[in-house]
Parts: sequence; structure tokens; C-alpha cells
Amino acid sequence: MNSLIPLLVAAPLAGAALLLLGGRALDRFGHWLATALAALSFGFGLALFSDLLGRDAEHRTVTKHLFSWIPVNGFQADFTFRLDQLSMTFVLLITGVGTLIHLYSVGYMAHDERRRRFFAYLNLFLAAMLLLVVADNYLLLYFGWEGVGLASYLLIGFWQHKPSAATAAKKAFIVNRVGDMGLSIAIMLMFAEFGSFAFGPILGSEGAAGGAHQASEGKLTAIGLMLLLAACGKSAQVPLQSWLGDAMEGPTPVSALIHAATMVTAGVYLITRSSAIFDLAPDAQTAVVVVGAVTLLFGAIVGCAKDDIKKALAGSTMSQIGYMVLAAGLGPIGYAFAIMHLVTHGFFKAGLFLGAGSVMHGMNDEVNMRHYGGLRKYMPVTFVTFGLGYLAIIGFPGLSGFFSKDKIIEAAFAKGGTEGWILGLCALVGAAVTAFYMTRVMVLTFFGEKRWQPDEEGNAPHPHESPKTMTVPMVLLAFGSVFAGGLFAFNDSFLKWLEPVTGHEEGNSPLAPLTVTLLTTACMLAGVALAYLVYGRSPVPVVPPVGSPLTRAARRDLLQDDFNHAVLVRPGSALTATLVYFDSRGLDGFVNGLAATIGGLSGRLRRVQNGFVRSYALSMFGGTLVLVATTLLMRSV
Amino acid sequence: MNPVNYLYLAALLFTIGAAGVLIRRNAIVLFMCVELMLNASNLALVTFSRLHGTLDGQIIAFFTMVVAAAEVVVGLAIIVSIFRTRHSASVDDSNLMKL
Amino acid sequence: MTSYLAEATGTTSTGEAVQFWVLAVIAVGGALGMVLMRRAVHSALCLAATMLALAVCYMAQGAVFLGVVQIVVYTGAIMMLFLFVVMLVGVTSEDSLKEQLKGQRIAAALCGLGFGVLLIAGIANARLDHFTGLSEANAEGNVPGLARLIFTRYVWAFEVTGALLITAAIGAMVLTHREHVKAPKTQRELAAQRVKDNIQLPPLPAPGVYARHNAVDVPALLPDGTIAEDSVMATLRERGQIRDVSQAMLQRMAELENSTADWLGRPSSERPAVTGPRKSLEQVAANGRDGQADEEGVE
Repeated sequence: MNSLIPLLVAAPLAGAALLLLGGRALDRFGHWLATALAALSFGFGLALFSDLLGRDAEHRTVTKHLFSWIPVNGFQADFTFRLDQLSMTFVLLITGVGTLIHLYSVGYMAHDERRRRFFAYLNLFLAAMLLLVVADNYLLLYFGWEGVGLASYLLIGFWQHKPSAATAAKKAFIVNRVGDMGLSIAIMLMFAEFGSFAFGPILGSEGAAGGAHQASEGKLTAIGLMLLLAACGKSAQVPLQSWLGDAMEGPTPVSALIHAATMVTAGVYLITRSSAIFDLAPDAQTAVVVVGAVTLLFGAIVGCAKDDIKKALAGSTMSQIGYMVLAAGLGPIGYAFAIMHLVTHGFFKAGLFLGAGSVMHGMNDEVNMRHYGGLRKYMPVTFVTFGLGYLAIIGFPGLSGFFSKDKIIEAAFAKGGTEGWILGLCALVGAAVTAFYMTRVMVLTFFGEKRWQPDEEGNAPHPHESPKTMTVPMVLLAFGSVFAGGLFAFNDSFLKWLEPVTGHEEGNSPLAPLTVTLLTTACMLAGVALAYLVYGRSPVPVVPPVGSPLTRAARRDLLQDDFNHAVLVRPGSALTATLVYFDSRGLDGFVNGLAATIGGLSGRLRRVQNGFVRSYALSMFGGTLVLVATTLLMRSV
Repeated sequence: MNPVNYLYLAALLFTIGAAGVLIRRNAIVLFMCVELMLNASNLALVTFSRLHGTLDGQIIAFFTMVVAAAEVVVGLAIIVSIFRTRHSASVDDSNLMKL
Repeated sequence: MTSYLAEATGTTSTGEAVQFWVLAVIAVGGALGMVLMRRAVHSALCLAATMLALAVCYMAQGAVFLGVVQIVVYTGAIMMLFLFVVMLVGVTSEDSLKEQLKGQRIAAALCGLGFGVLLIAGIANARLDHFTGLSEANAEGNVPGLARLIFTRYVWAFEVTGALLITAAIGAMVLTHREHVKAPKTQRELAAQRVKDNIQLPPLPAPGVYARHNAVDVPALLPDGTIAEDSVMATLRERGQIRDVSQAMLQRMAELENSTADWLGRPSSERPAVTGPRKSLEQVAANGRDGQADEEGVE
């Protein structure tokens, strides 16, 4: 069965290669080919999953050595894959949700003339992400990591004819580079410290303690912080979150893929995978927790203010990933719940995005929620699936989000001490705000009166339900949104599944689990009620009101771009300008000046060669004069 | 009188000859100046011979004369052939060897 | 004489001092003249004077043989060679005084001055208060002494000098030799060429034909009174030395002839065809001088 692991990656990679190199001949059925290969990869994933289930819990880590990648004396990097419970979870999420998104894209991109290329990029995205999660060493992981960055760049900027899309793609790529720097530095530090990249020697495996246990805490903290920086870049955590909102310029399936299955989960995976390092570096862990908590609230606040449905959902993603990072930062009490929330979030966020795409599809690509309203009658399937996703994300009791989020809040309280209280309260507030902005999205889109407006060309939208290829994935994802959480929570099956990899310990929560659940539900209901009061009871203005300073700031992503511009771009430009000035005036001036001086001197010296014999005779005579004078002087001295 | 005066005379003549080489443009006159310089050195050699009481200086002067004769023959031949092609005996007209 | 010189080399007599100063003035004057004269001929003559003075200096210093060689070879042969080349190049050619190279003259003067000062300072610093004299070396005579050295110690150099001289002679021949690329044309071939080209079949008109004068620089007159330039030799044509035979000139000539005829009392049949006003001989002589000036102007 081990030999199936490379095929997991190979299937979508082959799809990407075929579609990119195959030419126009594949235009007709290329999208189905891509979807089939994604599904094939999912099939391999299922086969491997059943294989893993057939083993006992301690022997579920399988590796497959493909070839020796960089065999240099002390520097051994292998193309080795590793499948354990954590990887398996990701593989199933990526391939499963990814396949559904492929299917959805068949309908969504039906009229795009570059559809074949789009599917090639989607396959490439899947392949890179799969490589990232099944890699057995950090270098291979980095390979997949960069592949994800490349694919996201290509997909966000897919509609490159729009300057905004091209800019957004560049922004995502550049911000991601910052995180990538962190990862590469972390890998270098690891190699310097442990002399290896592989997970086994560093993190420990099958009972054997890894090198991390012998390393000093300072070094581990440094590695941990660099890993956190990497995770911040890919998972859009504060302070590297600014690319996520702009990434909505890409086609909606891309957003779904980025937010649910692939890109943003990579950071959480990285932290969870490196749990052995973080567990031994409490300072780094605290940093992770702080980043998670801040992002959780940050994203939620941004989500409240956006009128663009996709950007509101993007804020929500940021916030939910914040939950996961928070949980991952809590250590063994939270890892499993971080991954669990990640999986459930994968279902309902994919569903929400696909629903949003469906709405846009029916509304002439209108994204402003203030121009929606009352769509529930026109798009019943979208309404129901989107509604189920909505209930899941706000943590409505019984649905997926309820189980996972509730556990995270509980774990936050279980951190203990003042820290625990602060984190717990943050998470609770986040839950309330989540309920508020998701209700706002729901109400603005599907309830109330029609606020549709003709677009610039005067075509009034005719909302309609999307084709089957789009609704089927939404229905399937809705099922996942509803039942996945319950399935995972039942008998703590998910916890037991992941425990051999991430470890688990019960925290000593100051509050009883039931109390936390009740509090969470209360907060959620309060958020829903407030949103209903604000947006459901009175007509929604088509032109957004000015709003409070906080709202205005949140509409601009809480001034993140302004901050970046002021703190990073301006000084950077100034520094560059200074360096350019120094280079062109100082260094070039020196070099050119030297050349010009020599050139000028040569030009002058050239005139000495004037062809006149008498001039030459004069110089000879002058030379003789000097020689004789020197000789006489030397003699007299 | 001290025979050193002959040396002063030789130095003076040599210098005049050298200045003439630098100043005059006519190749023939230039050549005459060279001859003058050679003659001045011959005078110095003869004087040295007298100062030292040996005849070697005179021998060298003798060889100088022979070489000067050979040089004049070749030099004048060159001047004639240049004059034939360029219709000028001015050394400034033959200034092709320049950058 | 030999004994006198041999004795004189030991000490410097008053006579030699006088002789030196006279010769020195002549030599330096000749050298300066050579450098400063504009005509190459004058320079050559000045140089000859300097060389003669130097020859006497050699003799005064006991180098009798060298003195003679100086006169015979240098002043006699080499300077004649110089004069010969000067004549070849053009005896009238003068250097223009305008210096073309910027700063050359000043630099040359400065260098010369500096060099002279250096040499003189060097000589003045040398310890030369005592000298040996040649009386001993010249005991058996100057020429035998030199010959002894040349054919013993310096025989190798002497042989090499011989080779050098032969090389120089050959070199001079090679340099001045004009190579004929193809055989020169014979008279017959030239005549055939002339017929073929059909430019000037009959012989060129002789100068002075139909003219009042038959000097080589007077062109022949054609029947219509214009001049035939071909009648004057090519060299003169190129130099622009064709004598002017315009109508005014002819009239002036006629005047001269008339006045001559008057003075000699010749009959009118011998008088020129062109009539000019008759004038007295004095006036004609004055006019003739003016005419001469004009002619020179034409040249």
C-alpha cells in the first residue's frame, strides 16, 4: 500500500502537466480529466485510509522512500513520503474538498476560454499541497510550500487582465515570501542544530525521542518563532494577513480552495507537525497563542465591516484560522481540536464560498451584499446549503462548527491561570462576533427586500439557481458541514485517531465543559440577535453609511495596508532610493570617475603621439636631460 | 689655459646641435645638426685622449667618424627618397605615425 | 711641426690659448649660424666652417691624423654630399619661420639650456686640474700610434666598421634605387602610342615660333595671335614660368625694337610689324626697367 503514497501527489501533478503541455486538444475534456485525477487522488487517499485503519494505532505511520534527492556528504535530503494520522486527515480533506471544488469549477468556469489552464493550476495546487502534507522532511515540505505559493499566485492572478487581480497575486506572493523566508531560516537553523531535515531525527518517532529534546530552549524558541512566521505568511495571520482579502480577486473556486482545503491550512499543519519543537519552547508557543488570539478578533472585526461577500468570508477565514492557531499554540491540549476545527472549517467554509460563488454566478458577478437581498426564493439550493454552512460556522448546537469551536474555547480556558481566562474570553468574544457578521452576511444576502441594481451596461440581474455541477458539490459539502463535527466528536473518535501523532492531555479548565458550551451558545445567540436587530428589522441602505471610526478602519482591513505602507514600504523605498543614490553617485561615480580620469589622461597622453619626429626628439632629449641630471645628483650625494 | 676649455666648447656645440635638431624642420639641416653633435663629441674624445695621455680617445673619435659617414650616407638616401615621393624635405610633413 | 705639437700638448701655451679662443668663436659662430640660417646651403657652409675650426682644434691637441681626416672626409666628402642633396632638393628652398608645433621652440630652448648647464656643471665639477698630455703617446708619431691601436686592440671593431660601411653603401643604393616595374618603352613604341592616342601627331611646336623671341620660356604664337602653351617645356609650364606675350607686352617689345632701330638707323623694312609709339631712348630704357619688374612679378 505504501507505493500508493507517491501516486497521491503524482495524479494531480500529471493532470497539471497534461493540461499545460497538452495544448488545445484537451480544451474539450481537460476539465473533466483534471476532476477525474483529483477524484483518483481522493480514491488513493481513501484506500490508504482504510489501510491505516486496519492497523493498530501505534503503527499507523508509514513512509515511502522514493529516491535520494540531494545526496551530499553531510547533507542528505531524500524524496521520502510519510503518511500518518495527521497527514492522512489532510490528504482526505485536500483531495475530498478539492475534488468537490473541481467539480464545482466545471460549472463555474464553463464560459471562461482559459478553463483548461485554470484546471491545470487547480491540479498543481492540489499536488503541491499534497506534497506539503506527505513530505517526510522539512526540505521536501518546503518544496511543496513553495509550490503552493506558486499555484496560489497563478490562481489569484488568473484573471490577469484585471490590474487588481494581477496586483493581488503579486501581493499574495510577496507577503508569502516573508513567511517563506521564515521557513527557510527555520530549516537552516534545524540543519545547523540537528544536522538533518527529516521529521524523525528532529521530532522523534515511534517512541524514540528526536533531536529536539537535546537542543537548548533558546534555539528551539528561535526555530519556533521562524516557523510561526512561516505559518503567519501562509495562513494569513497577523501581521502577514494583508494578502488574504485581496486574494478574493481570483475566481471564487480558488477562494474556496485556498480558504478551505489548501493554502491557509498549511500554517496550522506546520505548527501541528512541529509540535515537538513548540512543546519544548514555551515562549514560541506563547507567541503562537497571541498571534492566534489577535488574528481571531482581527479577522472577525474586518468581517463585520465588509460589504463584499467574499471579503466578509475572507475575514471570517482569517478569524477561524486564528482559532486553529490559538488551539495549536495551546500545546497538546489543543492540537487535535485545531485539526478538527480545520477539517470542519474546510467543509463549511468551502460550502460558504461555493454558495457565495453561486450567488455571484446568478447575480452577474455582483459581490456587494448591499445589492443582494431576498435571494432565498430564487436560489433555494444555494440558500439551504449556505444556511447550513452558516449554522455550522457560528457553532449552532449539533452542527460541525459547534463541536470543534466549543472544544477550542474549552481548551483555551483550560490553559489555566490569567492566560487561560484572557484567551478563553477572546475566543468567546470571537464566537459572538462570528455569529454577528455571519448573520449579517446571511440576512443581507438571502432575506429582506430586493436591492438588485442593473450593472454598468444596464443589465438587470436575473437571479437563478446554478447548474447541477455547482449545486451537487455544495450539497455534499453541506452534509459535511452538518455531520462531520458530530462524527468526529462521537466517542472522541477524532481525538483518539490523532493522539499518537500530536499527543493529547486534558487541561484543568476552571469552568465545567457544560458551562463553556452554554456560554458559547449564549454568545452566539447574542451575536445573531444583535445582527438581526441591526440588519433584519430595518431596511438596509444600498449606499453604506459612514459608520464609526472602527467600521471605517475595518473596511480598510483595520488599516493593515496603510500600516504596511507607512512602516515597511516607505522606509524600504527610502532605503532603496538612498542605496540607489549611493550606488549610482557614489560607487558608479567612483568607478566611472576612475574610468573617465584614465580615459581623459589617455586622451591627453595620446596627443603626445602626434607623429612629429621633432616632438619625439624633444621627449628623448628631455629624458636624457633627466637621466643625466639624476646621475649627477646621485654622484654628488 | 686649461684644456678643459675644449670640453666646454664641446658641450656648447653639442647643446647647440641638439637645440637645432629640435628647432629646424628641414631634414637636411636636421642632419647637419646631428653631425655637429657628433663632431662635438669627437672634440670631447680628442680632449679626453689628451688629458689621459692615451690614444684610445682618438681611436673612438675615428670610429665615430666612420659611423657618422655611414649614417650620413643612409640618412641622405632616405631624405632623397622621401623627397621624391612627397616633394618636401620637411620632417613635419611626414607625420603619419600618429594616433 | 709634430715635435712642436707634441711639446705643446704637455702644457698649454699662450699661443694655444689664443688659438683656442679664435677657433672657439669661429666654431660657435658657425654652429649658431647653421642653426639659424634659413637656407640649407648657408647652413651647410656654416657647418663646414665649424668643422674646419674643429679640425684645427684636433691638431692643436695632438690628434693630427684626426684633424686631417676631419678636413678630408668630413669637410671634404660628407659636406659635399650634403651640398649635393641640398642642390637636389632645391637650393632656393627656405624653411618658413613659423613654428607649427606648439611650445616646441620654448621647450627646445629650455631643454638645450638645461642640458648645457648640466654638462658645463658636470665638467666644472670634474677634477681636471691635472692632465697628462700626449707627448709620450705620440712619441713615435700620431699616425703610427693610432695604427698600432687600430690593428691590435681595436681590430675587431675596425673590421665591423668595414662591414657597416659596405652595408651603408648598399643601403643607400637600395633606398635611392627606383624599381622599374616593366621595361621602359622604346622610341618606336612611343611613336606608335602617339598615333594610337591621336592627340599630338606632329612634333610639339618649338618655343618662340611666330613670336618675337625664341627664348625657351616664350610660347609660340598661333596664327590667330593666341599662345600655344605646348611649345613651352613641361617643367616651366608647371612652375608657371611662361613669359607673358600679351598684346601690351608685344607693344612694349616693339617699342624697344623701334627705339633700337632708331638708334642704329635701321630702315623701316626691318622694323617690327606691330607699331608702337616712338619714344626717345632714355624713356624707353626707363620703361624697360619697369617692364623687367613686371616680368618678375609675372614669374
